[in-house]
Amino acid sequence: MLPKFWRKIRSRYNLIGSHCENCGSYFYPPRNICPKCRRKGKVREVQFSGYGKVLSWSVVHDGVENFWLSKPYIVALIELDEGAKIVAPLDCNPDEVREGMRVKAVFRKFGEDGEDGIIYYGTKFVPV
Amino acid sequence: MVGIVSYGTYIPKYRIKVEEIARIWGENADVLKKGLGVEQKSVPSWDEDTATIAVECAREALRRAKIDPKRIGAVFVGSESHPYAVKPTGTIVAEALGIGNDYFCADLEFACKAGTTAMQICYAMVKAGLIDYGIAIGADTSQSRPGDPLEYTAGAGGACFIVGRDCIAEIEGTFSFASDTPDFWRREGKPYPSHGGRFTGQPAYFRHIVEATKGLLDKLGLRPSDFDYAVFHQPNGKFPIRVAQILGFTKDQIKQGLVVPYIGNTYSGSSMIGLASVLDVAKPGERILLTSFGSGAGSDAFSFVVTDRIEGIERNPKVLEKIKECEYVDYGLYVKLRRKIRFG
Ligand SMILES: [Zn+2]
Repeated sequence: MLPKFWRKIRSRYNLIGSHCENCGSYFYPPRNICPKCRRKGKVREVQFSGYGKVLSWSVVHDGVENFWLSKPYIVALIELDEGAKIVAPLDCNPDEVREGMRVKAVFRKFGEDGEDGIIYYGTKFVPV
Repeated sequence: MVGIVSYGTYIPKYRIKVEEIARIWGENADVLKKGLGVEQKSVPSWDEDTATIAVECAREALRRAKIDPKRIGAVFVGSESHPYAVKPTGTIVAEALGIGNDYFCADLEFACKAGTTAMQICYAMVKAGLIDYGIAIGADTSQSRPGDPLEYTAGAGGACFIVGRDCIAEIEGTFSFASDTPDFWRREGKPYPSHGGRFTGQPAYFRHIVEATKGLLDKLGLRPSDFDYAVFHQPNGKFPIRVAQILGFTKDQIKQGLVVPYIGNTYSGSSMIGLASVLDVAKPGERILLTSFGSGAGSDAFSFVVTDRIEGIERNPKVLEKIKECEYVDYGLYVKLRRKIRFG
């Protein structure tokens, strides 16, 4: 768990994804190869603005591990303004979430490995 | 000219009212509100801590500064509630800001004044030519024992100041005063702080703020009337008003920076959020006094002169708007959010 998290810190903290300069597609998490262009693709790293809109969502009533304190909580499919899609926790009252709702990325705690373990941080979304 | 290049603040959205806490402990809310000069306090969400607050206020400061994050040469985070006892908050912040890996960094701790000390270090480093820009943060999610008088005021929030040469407010001078005074402390591994009750007033808060402020005024040859605004550390709504009186500052001078009645004492964030609120409305040429206080005990005093550049920087949303944007929680939810329930 620890090495896997550490390697992804940059893209988790910062919404760093990739952009294919050949076809204009954006991806998150970052990819090395564009699935559309394959060998013709020109993939570059990109920092997303953090703004986007809700495409769809689920309200989770069964809190797993580190999320049980916040149940019910929302996991949303969000389309970033650049076009990339991301699945992420959305900190919002379940009664207030709407399709197309504007959201922005925030830096929050995801959980911790117990009282003695490491604390995991990453990107969540809140209504704008 | 070295001073504040940009600033940002973060206040968690939840609030709890003094009435709600008093209801649980059978206290008289009106007496408490009058005595403390506090109506409510800010409460962090279950997934917010000093690191997340520090990142959010620093991101706002960086966005407003419009400078390349790679030009930040130092990150100092002052707090008494760093998430780890060993492992810096500063590196989490630096990574989240994308400033690269060549930067000076350490976490600071001096109760509620660690953030202003971070500002002094950045100021010195910029002046010495070691760095172009330094980030100084004061952020806390302060702890309080259930039922303790501190519970009515211990809030959460933070402020970030980017220090550099092309500044919106020049640091005209700074002066510190410290002594070994046991007014408030928390031993290693203990969840809640202890305090010396009445001992926190005269020999601690008042003595250190008065001496640091007087020292600064003497050094610069200035009088209270030379300032447009003054901000003092705000453990409650009463102390800053009284210390202003003692030093000869008026209520009008401290009004804009007095945020404690609505968000409580944000510890390392307290006087720095007050300064941010003043910068929200300050005009070129105006002079601002800032004196922090940290238990244990010490005060850092600063004099700032606002420059023309302040009119070119984004200053919205303002601190007072962020204070108003809030959601109230009851004591039960507060206890859950603050993890005051032990599950064995
Ligand atoms: Zn492509």
